[in-house]
Amino acid sequence: MEFIKHQIEKVKPHFEKGGKWEKHYYSFEALETFLFAPATTNDIKGSQIRDAIDLKRLMMTVIISMVPCLLFGMWNVGHQHFLAIGQAASFGEKFWIGVVQVMPIVVVSYGVGLGIEFVFATFRRHPVNEGFLVTGMLIPLVMPPDVPLWQVGLGTAFAVIIGKEAFGGTGMNVMNVALTARAFLYFAYPTDISGSVWTYIGEAKTVAGYSGATPLSLAADAATAGTNVIASFNSFGAGWNEGVFTFSNMFMGIMPGCIGETSTLMCLIGAFILIATGAGSWKVILSVFGGAYAMGLLLNVIGGNAFVEMPAHYHLVIGGLAFGAVFMATDPVTASQTETGKWIYGILIGVFTVLIRVFNPAYPEGIMLAILLMNVFAPLIDYFVVSANKKRRLQRATV
Amino acid sequence: MSTATAEVEVVEKKAEPLFSKKNKKLISNPLDIDNPITVQVLGVCSALAVTTQMKPALVMSIGLMVVTASSNVVISMMRNSIPSRIRIIVQLAIVSLWVILVDQILKAYVYDVSKQLSVFVGLIITNCIVMGRLEAFAMGNKPWPSFLDGIGNGLGYGLILMAVAFIRELFGGGSLFGFKVFEAMGVHYTGNGLLLLPAGACILVGIVIWIQRTLNGFRESH
Repeated sequence: MEFIKHQIEKVKPHFEKGGKWEKHYYSFEALETFLFAPATTNDIKGSQIRDAIDLKRLMMTVIISMVPCLLFGMWNVGHQHFLAIGQAASFGEKFWIGVVQVMPIVVVSYGVGLGIEFVFATFRRHPVNEGFLVTGMLIPLVMPPDVPLWQVGLGTAFAVIIGKEAFGGTGMNVMNVALTARAFLYFAYPTDISGSVWTYIGEAKTVAGYSGATPLSLAADAATAGTNVIASFNSFGAGWNEGVFTFSNMFMGIMPGCIGETSTLMCLIGAFILIATGAGSWKVILSVFGGAYAMGLLLNVIGGNAFVEMPAHYHLVIGGLAFGAVFMATDPVTASQTETGKWIYGILIGVFTVLIRVFNPAYPEGIMLAILLMNVFAPLIDYFVVSANKKRRLQRATV
Repeated sequence: MSTATAEVEVVEKKAEPLFSKKNKKLISNPLDIDNPITVQVLGVCSALAVTTQMKPALVMSIGLMVVTASSNVVISMMRNSIPSRIRIIVQLAIVSLWVILVDQILKAYVYDVSKQLSVFVGLIITNCIVMGRLEAFAMGNKPWPSFLDGIGNGLGYGLILMAVAFIRELFGGGSLFGFKVFEAMGVHYTGNGLLLLPAGACILVGIVIWIQRTLNGFRESH
């Protein structure tokens, strides 16, 4: 460490005002503060903050909370791979397949995203923002395991340029950047990110009876055919992946899906870290789950087809609801800022997710679109919460 | 919508040449600093709807240019006798006359394109560019500058339409004017479905506005 620090100190003058690489100062500064805590301190008169937490440390906390999802996702990619091709494999082999599939996606996502961030920082002469540290990890976690890498790159570039830089950079974006990347790919290349793409098969041949169906597509089919959803969940995978869509298995997340979103349990561990460190709002997380559950119950009461009548608690474990609730909806930039607003925002995300799932056959999973939709409405919710508060206080005032 | 800029006050002298500096500006301004789509932000709906392919976009641009220029001339000639309280309905009547003419000609000579454009030719009547130019320019200027203004705005509209259609058809469908470019080069190209959606076109128009404003430094006055 001392050596690196020494080297940085040595080249520093080149980047400062008047140095030969002056215009790359912010790229340099980003790397320096990434490696070492900034040495600048307040003088005796300024406000004294006794906390090492800054945006970079906060982002690292969020990344740490995603690690369980990432590691489990890597193992799960391998696990599903070997199940689909009907081979037994050890834990190490499964994990290794996952690493080989997932790491390139992570590298491309970070490479493209940070590259664009550095270019914009250099041109616009502002410090490199840390926002992409989290986004760069979120993007791989919401991709199918064998998504083409150029698509990851393109989606990331689109999300960073159009979703973020066009609005003014980190902290100014209206919509969640990682979900913008996914939505871009979803609409641009639908065949690569929907349907039966959730298991990495590779060159191998699939086992007899293999099907790439997901719980959501099974439920939609059951609704059309008029059969019981739970029965088709429980009977799915007979012979090659017994009991993959039972409730407990789906809660654990040992099923095909996007790399990081299958496991509700791992998302809850992440949620625990976020809440314990204060990085994420428990109100948003709780209200997304609550909204989805309440809407599921309401639909159960109303009835209609088999999907509508699916027990409400299943809505919480299928699809990416848990991942979206914990890591996407809580994004402090795009969520509602007021405390009451957070409840409204979260509940509506849950409600819309279930509505889109159940009633819109074109979009099997609703959490992505529900969060993006509510991202757009979050400022409006805040506006009404604030003006309601003003009204209340005016009534109380006696002038 | 139709509160477009009217800063071009043409005070003509008797012997002004047909293409004086002022008149040339009437053509060149809409191409850049006074573009109907990217600066006045008019006529965006049709720009999103007809730009999935270049051919309909081209036909649409020509159609709009003809309608704008002709209506501008007619209204400009009538400008002193139109009672201002009913001017909108008079303008509409004249615009619809030209739109029907254009529509009939398209149906007669390029039927397939006319089919593709469907209602959007008819909807030129409500295109804000046409009404905007009539209100902002033709009502206060002589026929010849009005004609040039119509042509200029039609060109400005067409320029953006063609640029957007070029990107959408090339990267969305992998072809240009129906010619499969990537196939001819022997490259397998996966079409980008987002570009074919109107949402993709909206983003593209946004990018065009971004680039244009970066280049010419235009800022919205608040």
